[in-house]
Amino acid sequence: MALLNKKSQAVLNDPLMNNNPITLQVLGICSALAVTVKVDTAIIMTLAVVFVLSMSNTLISMLRNFIPSRVRIIVQLAIIASLVILTDQVLRAFMYEMSKQLSVFVGLIITNCIVMGRAEAFAMQNKPPQSFLDGLGNGLGYGIILIAVSIFREILGSGTLYGFQVIPSALYDSGYVNNGLMVLSPGAFIILGLIIWIQRTVYNIEEN
Amino acid sequence: MRQSNSYTLIFMGIVTIILGFLLSIAATSLKERQEINVAIDIKKNILRSLDFPESQDEPWTTESIQTMFDKNIVSYVVDAAGEKVDGMKVEDIDPLTQRDLSPVFCKKRKGKEIEGYAVPIAGKGLWSTLYGYIALESDGITVKGITFYKHGETPGLGGEVEKEWFTQNFIGKRIIDEQSNLVGIQVVKGQVDASSENAFHQVDGISGATMTTKGLNNFLMTDLQKYEPFFKRIRTKGNS
Repeated sequence: MALLNKKSQAVLNDPLMNNNPITLQVLGICSALAVTVKVDTAIIMTLAVVFVLSMSNTLISMLRNFIPSRVRIIVQLAIIASLVILTDQVLRAFMYEMSKQLSVFVGLIITNCIVMGRAEAFAMQNKPPQSFLDGLGNGLGYGIILIAVSIFREILGSGTLYGFQVIPSALYDSGYVNNGLMVLSPGAFIILGLIIWIQRTVYNIEEN
Repeated sequence: MRQSNSYTLIFMGIVTIILGFLLSIAATSLKERQEINVAIDIKKNILRSLDFPESQDEPWTTESIQTMFDKNIVSYVVDAAGEKVDGMKVEDIDPLTQRDLSPVFCKKRKGKEIEGYAVPIAGKGLWSTLYGYIALESDGITVKGITFYKHGETPGLGGEVEKEWFTQNFIGKRIIDEQSNLVGIQVVKGQVDASSENAFHQVDGISGATMTTKGLNNFLMTDLQKYEPFFKRIRTKGNS
């Protein structure tokens, strides 16, 4: 990664692990619970969030010296909302099946705290390239957790992974049943809780 | 300067105009594609309900759906008495003012008899209105297939109505009883008791989706009732 200097690398890498938006800042939980039933929806959702987050960070950072501070939240929201609508429209036009499955959750990216949070906390104070990396990093950090949760949920809840059967049918014949809890939101909550617990234990992170 | 009211107003005005402009460009340029997607999706569901198989190695494309539909599907309009309305196309029905008129899609392959009739179904589930098609065999009694193409039910719960494991169960069920009274199809809680005398029109339920399937039972019955005069004609035609 000679392309990026140390500081930029940290901006990109931090949110992936050390400062993950979901597991450490506990933001964006709503959609993390909703779209993680299947891996393929989680992947598309990740791409959508990465796009919105990196673009909104870049645009807001470019405008940061012009935005009147009294209406800055409104401006941020207008930009984020426009990007989300754009993403939704493109999905509807080119990936109709997928947009049907994601339904309202693409639209709800607007209310995802990560997007607003990064715009307010990072993009308003930093230059566009840094802000772009920050958006990319946070989007991917969100996505990693999303995909990890969805892998567990799809295998345990539906017996498939990315649509392919992974639990052998012999197991079903001998009485195995899919765990119904895993296709419900509480299933995601439990898995997410376990991931947060494990990560905090392994990295020895303590709430102060 | 940056904090003055006029600057704020002008800034917001410019932002609004630019964003609004970009979004309207995106919306209008993608509109055509989106409408095609919706139309194709409906045709796909009609085909699927009429038991056109889609294989894993050869997924349907927009073109193949279009040709398959044009080649094998004959559509016409029926009125409240089940009579075919001549010279009227399915697209001409105005659903707001012409509630008595309903579309029928027949599977008619070249050189063969009619192999089934698909009719639209729609109604409230738990959160949303479900839209789909139910197809009957040419006898007007046996279910050939059912599909749902639009709904806003919870994915994994009520959303399972569109899944194959659920829709498969409808195939072969009968919508009328021995006395030829319309009984519709009933989604039960849990599994169907095969020894029950009602098993001929019952299908397995979805756990966690009681309200969705309750709604489904209701609107299925309403829509079948609407088409009952039409299917009655088909049944008597078949017997004579």
